[in-house]
Amino acid sequence: MEYFLIIISAIFVNNIVLAQFLGICPFLGVSNKLSTATGMSMAVCFVITLATLVTYLINQYLLVPFGITFLQTIAFILVIAALVQMVEIVLKKVSPSLYQALGIFLPLITTNCAVLGVAINVETKEFAFVPGGMLNLGQALVYAFATSLGYGLAMVIFAGIREHLALNNVPKAFKGVPIAIISVGILALAFMGFSGMVK
Amino acid sequence: MSNKFKLITDGLVKNNPTFVLLLGMCPTLATTTSAINGLSMGLATLFVLVLSNMAISAIAPVVPDKVHIPVYIVVIATFVTLLQFLMQAYTPAMYETLGLFIPLIVVNCIVLGRAEAFANKHGVLESACDGLGVGLGFTCSLTVLGLVREILGSGSAFGFNFIGGNDGMLAFVMAPGAFLCLGYLMVLFNKYLKKN
Repeated sequence: MEYFLIIISAIFVNNIVLAQFLGICPFLGVSNKLSTATGMSMAVCFVITLATLVTYLINQYLLVPFGITFLQTIAFILVIAALVQMVEIVLKKVSPSLYQALGIFLPLITTNCAVLGVAINVETKEFAFVPGGMLNLGQALVYAFATSLGYGLAMVIFAGIREHLALNNVPKAFKGVPIAIISVGILALAFMGFSGMVK
Repeated sequence: MSNKFKLITDGLVKNNPTFVLLLGMCPTLATTTSAINGLSMGLATLFVLVLSNMAISAIAPVVPDKVHIPVYIVVIATFVTLLQFLMQAYTPAMYETLGLFIPLIVVNCIVLGRAEAFANKHGVLESACDGLGVGLGFTCSLTVLGLVREILGSGSAFGFNFIGGNDGMLAFVMAPGAFLCLGYLMVLFNKYLKKN
């Protein structure tokens, strides 16, 4: 039951982009086309889940026993930077076309606050519907994966909207980013309907 | 002197991080539920930005090119950890309110962006001025956005309630209002302040 609540909460109720405001830069940056949006969501999904696994273990078996949890920020960001580098090397070999399409945004996953945000959330946030309040390793992984699915969902919906937006004639001052952000606002308004479903 | 002064004023309008460069969107949207929160987040970022700019411009000549990004990130993370300690000690309530977004200054693209675009090519003093300018620009944007959302959402300004009671439009304090206000503020900025 907790797993189900974690998934619903992470994808819809506390959607990472539309309710928690994490990972907005790449969200606005690569959502011009549906295909790049999908690629980016997959890359983020992979990195978030992997990073959460590694940072959870590091926190549990290295930082907590030695009483150095104040080094959390530094340790986590280093792990994430190394992981992204690795994903980049693998992707370059396995799928050069996807690597090309993601371009500058792949190395930028390092500075995508969604990744660090989820890693820190898992360690610090209290979940009312989980016994004890804190997530264990399995729940943390499910949470990370579901959160990145929510990221993908928001990204794909928004890319669809944006492809239509590009065909419309909007006033000059609204062109580009402003109209995109206003559309996200309306999308967020729709997602607000889910609030309260899971406490 | 005028050169350094220009560096500071450039950050306010011409290189405004929020409205022109579109950097650091996450804290901009998340922490501006009221003018005070926006102001605090801006000042916290300003603190890290000035110190990391100075440190990076000092060490840039001796850092090998291949590892410069990880080195910069560690420098920034160090100052963020310092800031976390300071805020926990002196402003614990604000530290609680801003929560996750204090450690997330590490991945704020403004900080790394200024390190890459400015600090590693300029002297310590110029970098400090640049950090101050961009930080002030960020602080102003956040305060304005926070103020607009606070007025619409809870009918108060800087915590001073002027409608009596709690009849604000709740959506503006929540997520959708952040996007809508930022979008319309950008439109106004494009129309009246940006020079093409």
